[in-house]
Amino acid sequence: MSSVVETNKSNLPSSTDEFIKGLWKDNPVFVQVLGMCPVLAVTNTAENALAMGLATLFVLLMSNILVSLLRNFIPKQVRIASYILIIATFVTIIDYVIQAISVDLHKSLGAFISLIVVNCLILSRAEAFASKNGLGKSALDALGMGIGFTFALLCLGAVREVLGNGSIFGWSVFADSFQEWIVMILPAGGFFTLAFWLLLFNYWKERKV
Amino acid sequence: MNDPSLGYIFLDACLINNFVLAYFLGICPFLGVSGKIDTAGKMGAAVMFVMLISSVCAYGIHAFLEMINAPFLQLISFIVVIASTVQLVEMFIKKMSPALFRSLGIFLPLITTNCAILGLALFQTAKGYGFLECIVYALGAGAGFTLALILISGLREQLEFADIPKFARGTALTLIVAGILSLTFMGFAGLGS
Repeated sequence: MSSVVETNKSNLPSSTDEFIKGLWKDNPVFVQVLGMCPVLAVTNTAENALAMGLATLFVLLMSNILVSLLRNFIPKQVRIASYILIIATFVTIIDYVIQAISVDLHKSLGAFISLIVVNCLILSRAEAFASKNGLGKSALDALGMGIGFTFALLCLGAVREVLGNGSIFGWSVFADSFQEWIVMILPAGGFFTLAFWLLLFNYWKERKV
Repeated sequence: MNDPSLGYIFLDACLINNFVLAYFLGICPFLGVSGKIDTAGKMGAAVMFVMLISSVCAYGIHAFLEMINAPFLQLISFIVVIASTVQLVEMFIKKMSPALFRSLGIFLPLITTNCAILGLALFQTAKGYGFLECIVYALGAGAGFTLALILISGLREQLEFADIPKFARGTALTLIVAGILSLTFMGFAGLGS
């Protein structure tokens, strides 16, 4: 996948770069190690991971758009507080939307939907990118970062669900004789799985150099 | 079932459901400032203080929002209170100890986006704790956060000199250590109840 991305990058316009960098080169989870709390907490099944990723993507996109539109009106001194208010508004919206779509999902994600507010990834994109760039670029940046984030959550959720529960998206993949690795759906499994992915990424990067 | 005793609430927040190792709250400072025991302890104290104040404020806000029937404002008001408390602590530390202010660096303002603090405010509301219970819960969570931070920084100081492959250094190694620590804390699950 990486080689395809890199060969494309050299001859594409810069706005596409903004989109692609979040997917791989600056992946928010594997490279920047941002927004760790939801990454570890809600990835015990692939379904939760996907829902969390999409919710974050929505908040990231909307807040980046609004911050970018308002970037000339917000005074420098109170910008962080204003960004947090903008983010909190969209999180409240998505909280009620998820509740309306599926009560079960809302229950299994629990307080972690509200905790999207304090996801460092969203605030860091608002501060580092949307406050300095125009609407189109900011939206593309948010889309790239959000999809990269969702992809990383899915990587973790899939591994943890297959090993810890013997299923993926609720479908069982092993015969009944499969002994589940209970530790993988426990908190410790989250740490181990993320460490394993980071090791894999670092090893691969090291070897290429 | 009876209401849990205050002692149990403290133990629960501190050890059994440790905020960092069981709920994954506050991972950013956990990975960021856990390089040295000294800094980790002070960071823990700062977080504990902010937790205590914001927990008391969150209790008041929740009661008030119930009264005016506007629960959708909860999240926004919580985060505003936390942000202003952090600002207060920041000014206080800057005045009292500039050296500590420098060593905490960017992670001091980042307490605002520390999930542990907002998480605490949300959990205590969800559990329907009373005023005294909220304070004990905040103290327990703060103590648990400090404990986890000090433990992991001690381990990391030892690992500085270990012979580890280059690609495994840094975050990946810290996460593996944190995983083992989390397994250890599961041993507390049988306590109390």
